[in-house]
Formats: sequence, C-alpha cells, structure tokens
Amino acid sequence: MNELLSVFIGMALVNNFILSRFLGLCPFFGVSKKLGNALSMGIAVTLVMFLASVVTWFIYHYILAPFNIEYMKIIIYIVVIASLVQIVEMTIKRTNATLYNSLGIYLPLITTNCAVLGITLINTQENFSLIKSMVSALGGGIGFLLVLVIMSGIRERLEISDIPKSMKGLPIALITAMLLSLTFFGFGGMV
Amino acid sequence: MNRFRKEFLKGIIISNPVFVLALGLCPALAISISIDNALGMSMGVAIVLLGSNVMVSAIRKIIPNTVRIPVFIIIIASFVTIIDLSFQAYFPPLHESLGIFLPLIVVNCIVLGRSEAFASKNSTFHSIADALGIAIGFMLALLLISLFRQILGTGTLTLFGNELLSLPGLADHPMTLFILPPGAFLVLALLLALFRRMGVLKNE
Repeated sequence: MNELLSVFIGMALVNNFILSRFLGLCPFFGVSKKLGNALSMGIAVTLVMFLASVVTWFIYHYILAPFNIEYMKIIIYIVVIASLVQIVEMTIKRTNATLYNSLGIYLPLITTNCAVLGITLINTQENFSLIKSMVSALGGGIGFLLVLVIMSGIRERLEISDIPKSMKGLPIALITAMLLSLTFFGFGGMV
Repeated sequence: MNRFRKEFLKGIIISNPVFVLALGLCPALAISISIDNALGMSMGVAIVLLGSNVMVSAIRKIIPNTVRIPVFIIIIASFVTIIDLSFQAYFPPLHESLGIFLPLIVVNCIVLGRSEAFASKNSTFHSIADALGIAIGFMLALLLISLFRQILGTGTLTLFGNELLSLPGLADHPMTLFILPPGAFLVLALLLALFRRMGVLKNE
C-alpha cells in the first residue's frame, strides 16, 4: 500500500509530467488559456493515460514479451493509443453528449500527446506490475490535470496584466512554468 | 533548384520549429542539458524527418485521404524504431541519457506536422529540402538552448567527452538551477523574449 502511495505521489507531484519530465508541453501551452478547457483536457488525458496503461500492460506481457518482439513496442503502442482515443471518442459521443461537446475537439489531439505514449513507455521501462501501472498512470494524469488547471488560472490573470511587449504570450507562460517548477521542488522530500 | 534552396532555408530561421512554431518543445527542453545530448537528439530527429518526408511524399498519391494520419504515424514509428535500435547498438551512453525521448520522436509534432503540411502535398525532391531545413533549424535551436544551460549549469563545456572550456569560479560553484527543469523554461523564455526584442521574431 505504502509503495503504491509513493508511486502515485512520485508521478503526480515529485516528478510531475509537465514540470519535471517535460511531457505534454504542447497541450500545456496551447490549451491552458481558459480554466474550463484546461479542466476538460486534463480529464480526457487522464482517462486515456489510464486506459492506455492497462491495455499496453496486457499487450506487453502477453504478446510482446512471450514472442520476444519487445522492439516492436513503439509501433504497437502508438497504434493502441490511436485506436483507444478513437474508441473513447465514439463511446463518449454515444453515451454523454454534454461531455462530448466539452471534450470533443481535444480528444483527437491526445494521440500525439507525449504524456500518453510517455506513461506507457515509463511503465514498461520500470517493469511495473498491473496495479502499479494503473496507479502510476492515474498519478501522472492527475499531476498533469493539476498543473494545467493551476497554469490556466494564472494565465487568465496574465491576460489583463501589463507585460513587456516582447514577453507577451509564450515567454511569460514559460517564466510562469519555471516558477511553478521551482515550487514543485518542494515536494521532492516526500518520496 | 531555386525552390529547393527556398524550402531548405525557410526551416532554419523564418519557420524555425522551436522558436517560431513552438513545436517539439518537450524534447527541446528535456534533453538540452548538454551539447552531446542536443546533437544526438537532433541527429535522431533529422534521420526520422528525412525518412518520413521521403516516404510520405513518395507514396502521397496512393494514400487514401481518410486514413492518412494513421499511415503517417506508422511510417514515422517504423523509422523511430530503426533509430532507437541503432542508437542502442552504436551509441549506448547517448541512448541511455536520451531515455524515453528517443522513442517519443514518434509523437514529436515537428515530424508529423511536416508529413501533413508539406510532404503529403509536395514532390520528394522538395520534401528532402524541407526535412533538411527543419532538421537544421531544430538542431540550432537545441544547440543554443543547451549551450546556455551547460555553461551556466556546470561551468564547463564538453563535446563528446572532451572538455572545451572551463570557466574559473563558475566551474566550482555552478548555477545548478540551469541544468534542472526550471532552468530549461527560463532559458527558452529569455531567448524567445530576446529574439523578439531584437526583431528576429514577431511580437504576439
């Protein structure tokens, strides 16, 4: 139990996907301008990360490893993620129209989000068990969601503040990310 | 030939992938802690980009439009697998320090972006120019970021294990912040702001 907790905290806070592993920066800077969008994107990414980790765990341990074709993992994983995103999109469309409308445009983008392929590769590299993979995917996703939401709150305020012309937009967002990243060092002692 | 030159040159400054298009930020920030890493990473990206651009432009007329993105991804993933295995075989230390960012070239927006925006619409000849230009632009950006981070963060500059430069004072007490994650954000932010101030890049 303790071990699972430390995997979770390690993924969510200490080695945060955005601030210390640099995974998923494109949606981070692209989508984090509005709080609502950030929340939707974060939830969608967390969901896909979790599902992808479970599916790729079974594929790795029951197909790739027994047949000694581990080197195929990059191709197989990206195909799995792309199809998973498609399935999730179709399922949400059929069952929950409101959710689909708010997530809609972000779902296809998740395929090329490095956080998703990243978590599956990290789980394989660390040789995590199924339960640990699930916990680490949840931790990574929730850490991603957390930072995306914090960032969008700050950026909504940055919009109305007086910033030097050449710092507007991406540079000031990067400076904000730097300060957040420094702050998250404070979690370093937790694991 | 003129157009070849134009497509080649545009990737280096006018549409530099990192500084202008803000694509491929993840590897640019994550692995830019040393010049060696920057060179290795940009070599990987260059080979994948060249391979995928050539392949995609060669078969662009027979790919059905509806499934083009999955086809591009599979092509890119195959080249990335080749790179991953070759680096593992010939440059094990580099493979180790690039870690998961080598396989993650698959989802690097630069590579997929060039397939979709350029190679799927242009001839193989021009796609080669495009790939080379973008790859060199990416390499320059990575080298610039890692130059600042390595010198400020360690006080020394090394290339393939040979020490080129060691700053007295800074080498004993380096500003470790710069090789840590916050330093990456800081260096990129200041470089972008500087380029805008100098008028190389447009303000937003």
